[in-house]
Amino acid sequence: MKRVVITGAGSINALGHDVPETLAAMREGRCGISDLEFQDVDRLAIKIGGQVKGFEAEGHFNRQQMTLYDRFTQFTLMAAKEAIAQSGLEFMGEDAARSGVILGTAGGGVSTWDANYRTVYEEGKNRVHPFVVPKLMNNAACSHVSMEYNLKGPSYTVSTACASSNHAMAQAFMMVRSGMAPAMITGGSESMLCFGGVKAWEGLRVMSKDACRPFSANRNGMVQGEGAGIFVFEEYEHAKKRGAEILAEVVGYAMSSDASDIVMPSKQGAARAISGALRDGGINPEDVGYINAHGTGTAANDKTECAAVADVFGPHADELMMSSTKSMHGHLIGGTGAVELLACIMALRDGVIAPTIGYKEFDPECAIDVVPNEAREAKVDVVLSNAFAFGGLNAVIALRKI
Amino acid sequence: MDIKDRVIEIIAEQAVLEPSDVTMDSTLESLGIDSLGLVESIFSIEESFDISVPFNANEPEKSDFDISSVASIIAGIEKLVAEQHA
Repeated sequence: MKRVVITGAGSINALGHDVPETLAAMREGRCGISDLEFQDVDRLAIKIGGQVKGFEAEGHFNRQQMTLYDRFTQFTLMAAKEAIAQSGLEFMGEDAARSGVILGTAGGGVSTWDANYRTVYEEGKNRVHPFVVPKLMNNAACSHVSMEYNLKGPSYTVSTACASSNHAMAQAFMMVRSGMAPAMITGGSESMLCFGGVKAWEGLRVMSKDACRPFSANRNGMVQGEGAGIFVFEEYEHAKKRGAEILAEVVGYAMSSDASDIVMPSKQGAARAISGALRDGGINPEDVGYINAHGTGTAANDKTECAAVADVFGPHADELMMSSTKSMHGHLIGGTGAVELLACIMALRDGVIAPTIGYKEFDPECAIDVVPNEAREAKVDVVLSNAFAFGGLNAVIALRKI
Repeated sequence: MDIKDRVIEIIAEQAVLEPSDVTMDSTLESLGIDSLGLVESIFSIEESFDISVPFNANEPEKSDFDISSVASIIAGIEKLVAEQHA
């Protein structure tokens, strides 16, 4: 088996338009959640979100590209540009033929669906733009990355709701580890912050109207976010040979299915994914210093996740740190695991643990060190990133310092 | 049909029971209605009475809307109908 390392990272999200801005915000414990700005927001009960503000796609893409790029594709391409530039890779010849793109998204081009439904239903028009389908399809972002960077290997999009990015990154990891691909572009993207996208979530009655406060006893639900996180996963020797800067090593993963309920999480399913990732990576539970939690801020997720961590780690659960950065950037749904992996890399490389902000009251059902409100300096060697999706589909990734 | 009968009908349909099986002191739990069933019932109630019910599944005990029994649900809806259709 090959070793797999991360040699590039890129992002755009409510905390920043690139990785340095995002990490600076996480270090400061800054909240990127704000009042939503889009058409008909006044008809929503939920009016806040981790919306990407101050981003004008027009300056980055030409007119022809703009007609083809939904906002989730724009986010993906911005983050991919940053990640691939950092890696220094140029895909040619055999590397190009074998390297591909695996991305996660839950909704794909939601705002394209929304805008065009509005056109035909509300405005009564009978004609839509010819590129609606290639713009909204879930694999659009993946395909545009492959075209932009000449990636001709295995490429596809994974859609497992809130675990999409982690499932995608797990797939990319497997491909590089097995020797199938020298490098893979992976991560995920989401952009559901439009009237229809938020209205649908509102119906479930699990959203907070004021803030995302994971693990805090006074938490009252999740807050949606948007953006993308993209990474270059590369075979270790391939990266070493060209003298690439290595951000972290990906050492293990596991996926599990609760097979129980379409929305309620299961402690057993989560615990099987966490312990599976430890086993896959040959990791002693005591070596895990930090977990980036799924931590949605709902009553159900947070207590279930803490119980699962307590089950897997036993007494070590009292030693490790587990924070939810969703308190700052919101829940990016299919893109969330990718943006959250940045907090994992920061923990390993910079020795800075991102906080869970908005934390007010201790909840005995979440009795874990959640790094409340302020980032903390700590030396950690192994970290995990949890993702537990609606539908009971779980994926956990393990990274090690290198 | 008055508010009480209509609410009982909605709850009975959700619980797959006859309306006569739903009593005023029944709880949603005793009727076998889980959290997803509750959210769906509230949706039906909002649609039937053209009202908006303040209910967050994360903090049911903090909502103004008391779901501890069928009687309390009916009382809550009567109040909301009176307020919102005033």
